Amino acid sequence: MQLYLPIADLPVNVFLVLAMGAAVGFVSGMFGIGGGFLMTPLLIFIGITPAVAVASVASHIAASSFSGALSYWRRRAMDPALAGVLLCGGVTGTALGVWTFTQLRALGQLDLMIALSYVVLLTTVGSLMFSEGLRALMRTRRGAVPPRRTHNWIHGLPLKMRFKRSKIYLSVIPVVIVGIVIGFIGAVMGIGGGFILVPIMIYLLRVPTSTVIGTSMVLTLVTMLFATMLHAMTNHLVDAVLALILMVGGVTGAQFGARAGQKIRGEQLRLLLGLLILSVGVRFAVELVIKPEDLFTIRELGVSG
Amino acid sequence: MIRTLLAALLVLLLGSAARAERLIVSVSNHRVTVTPNYSGEELVLFGSVEKDATTPADRKVYDLVVTVMGPRADMVTRRKERTFGIWINTDYRQFLQVPSYLALFANRPFDLITSPEIARRQQIGLNNVLLTQRVSGDYADVVPNDPFRSAFIRLRTQRGLYREDASAVTFLTPTLFRTGIPLPAEVPIGTYQIEIKLFADGALVTKTETAFEIVKVGFEQFVANTARQHGLIYGLVTAAMALMTGWMASIVFRKD
Repeated sequence: MQLYLPIADLPVNVFLVLAMGAAVGFVSGMFGIGGGFLMTPLLIFIGITPAVAVASVASHIAASSFSGALSYWRRRAMDPALAGVLLCGGVTGTALGVWTFTQLRALGQLDLMIALSYVVLLTTVGSLMFSEGLRALMRTRRGAVPPRRTHNWIHGLPLKMRFKRSKIYLSVIPVVIVGIVIGFIGAVMGIGGGFILVPIMIYLLRVPTSTVIGTSMVLTLVTMLFATMLHAMTNHLVDAVLALILMVGGVTGAQFGARAGQKIRGEQLRLLLGLLILSVGVRFAVELVIKPEDLFTIRELGVSG
Repeated sequence: MIRTLLAALLVLLLGSAARAERLIVSVSNHRVTVTPNYSGEELVLFGSVEKDATTPADRKVYDLVVTVMGPRADMVTRRKERTFGIWINTDYRQFLQVPSYLALFANRPFDLITSPEIARRQQIGLNNVLLTQRVSGDYADVVPNDPFRSAFIRLRTQRGLYREDASAVTFLTPTLFRTGIPLPAEVPIGTYQIEIKLFADGALVTKTETAFEIVKVGFEQFVANTARQHGLIYGLVTAAMALMTGWMASIVFRKD
């Protein structure tokens, strides 16, 4: 069934988009991430412009992280204080990100920047995750206990605050900075940032695993809602029809993904996720290097009359 | 200079002498509605050449050029170049107030209808249509083989938005004619101007104009309009929709 997307200005097959939403939802439920880094490239691949894809995926991620956040809230598996401090940075970062997005779009370099950031971010995070997963897997094979690292330099920073639910005593400076960074790249790249945020919170901020996913989902939820609003107000690029189809597919797929995820061991899960992220990054890199079919592109600056 | 003046004078004389013919035209539909499952359409323009007593008796063969122009817009054409091993947009040209849809139809090849000089002045053929560019602060059209101009026309033609067909106009009788105006699925909405020029023996005899309108209706258009005009409300509704979907999912799939 063909449906005309009003903002993307292009007819798509409803079932194809629904299936894409479900597939990405499955992966995101399995790994406990938003899945934006998969959804945005997939949309670009079916012919939706990167700008519309990034703006519309923001609302899709908001929906999936809201259903996730609700279930973590019920289990009290999140830290409201930590989420609050993260959000201070997150909202600032998102505003900066949307502003940068608008500037790059005016310069005609938006598509390039989106592709470049995907290459850099995904290949880095993907290979880190992959190698870490490999090491963890070898450790468990050898039956060794993972080395327990204690405090690092981050815990020497001033402006300390007690986060009761997470049982940590931590400076707010790194927390706000992490919020800004995640908010910024989220708005520019159309990703929730969960797949970067969770490792940062675990390894750098030493947030216990019991609260980390719930808290990161709250940050994702609020920054993505904010990004949706800003993209709608400044660039008018949010395609609500597209977003709705993605949401419905995504939240459904996520439930099945979560069940599948429980059957796989943690190290294998990280290895798989690392591999997935890495391959998306490489895909973007290849696209940049090979000669495009057409060197010229046209962009309309608004019809008058 | 003098030659151009003479040419202009000649055209004026021909023009006044050519009050003899009159063009009567109409399109099959003056208001095209684009619905969500719209997949393109073809309008039909038909008309006739009316002669009167002052028409030279020996004038039998007419040529016709139809120009259809959609709403005008500013557009940017960008060119990618290989820089540091990757392909990035480096150079661009801005096209000012160019038609978003442009179709040129005739009953036989343009170069057989009239001289290159008149074709250029009357903007006959995609190579002769005025496409104003901003070239470093200056406003001008450039030579037809300019890479940006030809890329622009090529890309628009690929999308079915620019077209040139020298056999689209058919004369049913020596004075009665018709032509189809194909409109692709992604046709820009707005007012379309149609200009019909009548030629005889290589000279412009008379011309007339008509217009039609393309409007989009339905839910999709409502969404597109709201997004452009009420960004704040649109954003709020989308955000609320996201929250609702997430909330519904957490209710439906609750594992208790």
